Amino acid sequence: MAKLPPYTSTGEYIWHYTYRFICGLIFLFLILPILIVLPLSFNVEPYFSFTPGMLSFDPAAFSLRWYEDILRNGMAAPDEPLSWAWFSDTWNNGQWMRAIRNSFFIGICATLLSTALGTLAAIGLSRSEMPYRRMVMSILISPMIVPLVITAAGMFFFYSRIQLSQTYLGVIMAHAVLGTPFVIITVTATLVGFDKSLVRAANSLGAGPITTFRRVQMPLIIPGVVSGGLFAFITSFDEVVAVLFLASPEQRTIPRQMWSGIREQISPTILAVATLLVILSIILLTVLELLRRRSERLRGITPS
Amino acid sequence: MAITDVNSSAEMPITAADGTPLKKKLAQALFRSRVRAVGLVLPLFAFVMASFVIPILALMWQGVYNDTFASYTPNLTQQLAKWDGVSTPSEEMFAALVTDLKTAREDKTIGRIATRVNQELPGTRSLFTSSARKVKKAAPPYAESMMKIDKDWGNLEVWQAMKLTSQSLTPGFYATALDSKYTVDQGFVSQVENRQIYVKLFWRTLLISGTVMLLCLLLGYPVAYLLATLPLRYSNLLMIMVLLPFWTSLLVRTTAWIAILQSQGVVNDLLVWIGITGDESRFSLIYNMTGTIVAMTHILLPFMILPLYSVMKTIPPSYMRAARSLGATPTRAFLKVYMPQTIPGVGAGGLLVFILAIGYYITPALVGGQDGQLISNMIAYHMQKSLNWSLAAALGGILLAGVLLLYWAYDRIIGIDNMKLG
Amino acid sequence: MSRFTKGLFAVAGMSLCVSGTALANDLTIVSWGGAYTKSQIEAYHKPWMAKTGKSIVSEDYGGGIAEIKAQVESGNVTWDVVDVELSDAIRACDEGLLETIDHGILPAAPDGTPATEDFLPGTLHECAVASIVWSSVYAYDSSKLRNWNAPKTMADFFDTKSFPGKRGLRKSPKVTLEFALIADGVPVGQVYDVLSTEEGVARAFAKLDTIKGDVVWWEAGAQPPQLLADGEVVMSTAWSGRVFNAKNGEGQPFEMVWDGQIYDLDLWVIPKGSKNKDAALDFVAFSTATEQLAAQASWISYGPARASSVARIGTYHADESIQMAQHMPTAPANFANALQNDFEFWADNQDQLNERFNAWLAQ
Repeated sequence: MAKLPPYTSTGEYIWHYTYRFICGLIFLFLILPILIVLPLSFNVEPYFSFTPGMLSFDPAAFSLRWYEDILRNGMAAPDEPLSWAWFSDTWNNGQWMRAIRNSFFIGICATLLSTALGTLAAIGLSRSEMPYRRMVMSILISPMIVPLVITAAGMFFFYSRIQLSQTYLGVIMAHAVLGTPFVIITVTATLVGFDKSLVRAANSLGAGPITTFRRVQMPLIIPGVVSGGLFAFITSFDEVVAVLFLASPEQRTIPRQMWSGIREQISPTILAVATLLVILSIILLTVLELLRRRSERLRGITPS
Repeated sequence: MAITDVNSSAEMPITAADGTPLKKKLAQALFRSRVRAVGLVLPLFAFVMASFVIPILALMWQGVYNDTFASYTPNLTQQLAKWDGVSTPSEEMFAALVTDLKTAREDKTIGRIATRVNQELPGTRSLFTSSARKVKKAAPPYAESMMKIDKDWGNLEVWQAMKLTSQSLTPGFYATALDSKYTVDQGFVSQVENRQIYVKLFWRTLLISGTVMLLCLLLGYPVAYLLATLPLRYSNLLMIMVLLPFWTSLLVRTTAWIAILQSQGVVNDLLVWIGITGDESRFSLIYNMTGTIVAMTHILLPFMILPLYSVMKTIPPSYMRAARSLGATPTRAFLKVYMPQTIPGVGAGGLLVFILAIGYYITPALVGGQDGQLISNMIAYHMQKSLNWSLAAALGGILLAGVLLLYWAYDRIIGIDNMKLG
Repeated sequence: MSRFTKGLFAVAGMSLCVSGTALANDLTIVSWGGAYTKSQIEAYHKPWMAKTGKSIVSEDYGGGIAEIKAQVESGNVTWDVVDVELSDAIRACDEGLLETIDHGILPAAPDGTPATEDFLPGTLHECAVASIVWSSVYAYDSSKLRNWNAPKTMADFFDTKSFPGKRGLRKSPKVTLEFALIADGVPVGQVYDVLSTEEGVARAFAKLDTIKGDVVWWEAGAQPPQLLADGEVVMSTAWSGRVFNAKNGEGQPFEMVWDGQIYDLDLWVIPKGSKNKDAALDFVAFSTATEQLAAQASWISYGPARASSVARIGTYHADESIQMAQHMPTAPANFANALQNDFEFWADNQDQLNERFNAWLAQ
């Protein structure tokens, strides 16, 4: 930690450490709720609280039953011995397995759609020639701002009328719209630091617009595109309101399944799923951090 | 002619290699690049319009337009339009009622008509459904005959309610959303007190969002300052503690708060163990407003820290040192030199948190109990439970107007281009 | 990556999405989840699948007709059979959202009594066939009695002086207002007469006011046992079968108080335009046969809607020593002071009382 300068007075000394302590508490507030689900998901009892056994580290108070339940829930024959048939059963019939499949399927499709459209639009928006730039931008960012209930309600009626509600395509379109603002924001951010003279240099060296885009612009904005895509993915992966309004049971996603878990059929299985999701977000966060570093290196910005 | 010569050479446009005037060429080039820019934006713009903007506009339309009654009772609607709303209903009106009830009974649309009128005048649903079952027997004179089926058909209020519902384009739902009532003869009147709820809910939504915003500022400011002033290798590490919650599912975090705050939860267990409270009198920290505020603060805190941090990062530390060397106390230097420069970050974070908070639905629904519900929960309730979709649209319209106003302010003050994530 | 390849990716992605992963299910059956759905799966779904060789997807929902309405009006009906409450069945039928069900397809009782006579009065409707009689009661955790006696009457539930502690109540005026009036001394026979008047409604809310500060509101049937087990409340209103299963299936020390119980029906309905209407009708007829209804009663303590099934109620599936008959809402000992939910009253007044209830909650 930074050393305090020698002229620090006692009062400042005390304040300095009090301040650090307060910040520590705030960090604890941020991180503790996420960490607390980890031990609770190993609870042997079907409830959401620490049992005396857990507090005294009695091994009998811990179990993996809720993780098993993720696989077993909804199966036709959960108690059969482990075999190929068992796995095919859980893959096809398990409620959580279906939710996991749906979440990835919808998330990936929505991400592809929003990243493709969002990147193009961000490039267009970053050009000074774009007419009505500010207004168009505020419309394109608005899905992030408009309350989800209103968005979902509007989509519910409109998509119902054009036969898109309760279909995969409907949910994917909804999630793609909700994800595009993130793509636009991150890609625009990388374009702001983009040196326009590079394009001119490429042009003067005889490269056409497409070659310039592919060989000069794209490699530089790719980190922004990928992190925008990650944002779009996590938006879809975490989204529940649109799914509540638009999806049929067939399109249930992980958050939707958790929602009914908390409201209808309470079981610590959701804590086990939550733990897995925390691990997933740690992975995504790491990828994002690596991308950011790569982007900074590429653009010649050194960490100060 | 020499003069004209000079003139003509001066007006002689500079040409490009192919002979076209440069001015024109430049305009062409500009036009092309403009078309290219528009062409790049257009696919997304069209997509957002079709799948987002138009659905919302269609929803808003529902808040002022509901033709359920008019489309299922065409004859009666015609008669009601002629009626002044206060005189005794005429025989023609009763005849039209009988015709329409008969059709509605056959088409099984009577339930929809009844539900619509019941929204306007509660308690009339069965008047319609049961009369429709018996309407076969009705014979002229219809007024008398209908009155025999149910004497409530003589009640003027029923007819007034039907007249109101027969007007498809109506301010009635917005009136209801603001706790008043649109009537045939007196215009807008205030709703009876024990049914007033929405204005109170709007205020509560603002109150909770404001509280959450202030708490986020209170907790976010010191942390952002710490992150901005620490050397990068430490701050990067601590930044993960901000970003991890940001990237963790909303439902995971809400579930976690249920586990922590419930009466047999971690916090209460701790308090009992320390002896602050007895086992009998544990605190209710969840399923009420406290639960909503705590969970929402936690969820929105990163949205405050990140803009604050990015603003603070740009403030050179030398300013503070300069202030100190000019004799300012640390407190004074902070208040007079540092703090004013962080105002843009405070504005950006505060507005963003506030905007996101007033539309919150999931967290209040799960941990809000009775007094922690926000207006979004009421919209969802009318969408999914009471099925009064027009009222949901009207409530949504008011909420949307508020959000767009704040969004406009955000754009004016901070600029959406400056929005940053992580 | 060029714009072209990117576009190609997008197109490939989209076509992947559109081609979809739709699974071919023969029948989608929607019910209330938890122990109740489990009982239906065991008693109806599994035997039906074995008989027909078709598959069933079981879904949970939280009641109401919103989803049915949305599906029917959008013309994209994905639910085939839905388990609904009586007032919702009537309302949905009135709005033309349901297929009519010909009572002739329902199987006769084993002794030859035709179905229309075998079903209990009021359990067959134009669009709906009842399967069970269920009941709202209140329950408490007997291990947390502390220093008070066991509560016995509905009035005890509202008496926070003699029985201090939090109460769990369903976040809905339906049943809650009736309970309040019963606790306030209104005889069960007059509850709906009183509730039809403005003073009666005010009286019910006044009674609720006395415990408002101590109430934890629940919305899903699985919550009350959870609230009791977590110690979040000392007593909670609940659906009788859920409490029974928490007690006898999971060994929770819960006790039910039957005084002032309010019973209601759950019925099968088929949304209009179901793509598997024939299979759905076959399932409804199959599941409401005497044997199936009696079998369900061994999984959860809800009473079958057929007289011939009532006579065949056996023992609890997990514990042969428990005779299910005496745990039914309709068992004579439990039925002494019972009230039937008045669907017409609620169809009429639901919107108004909901609004008033919400306003009251927000105060």
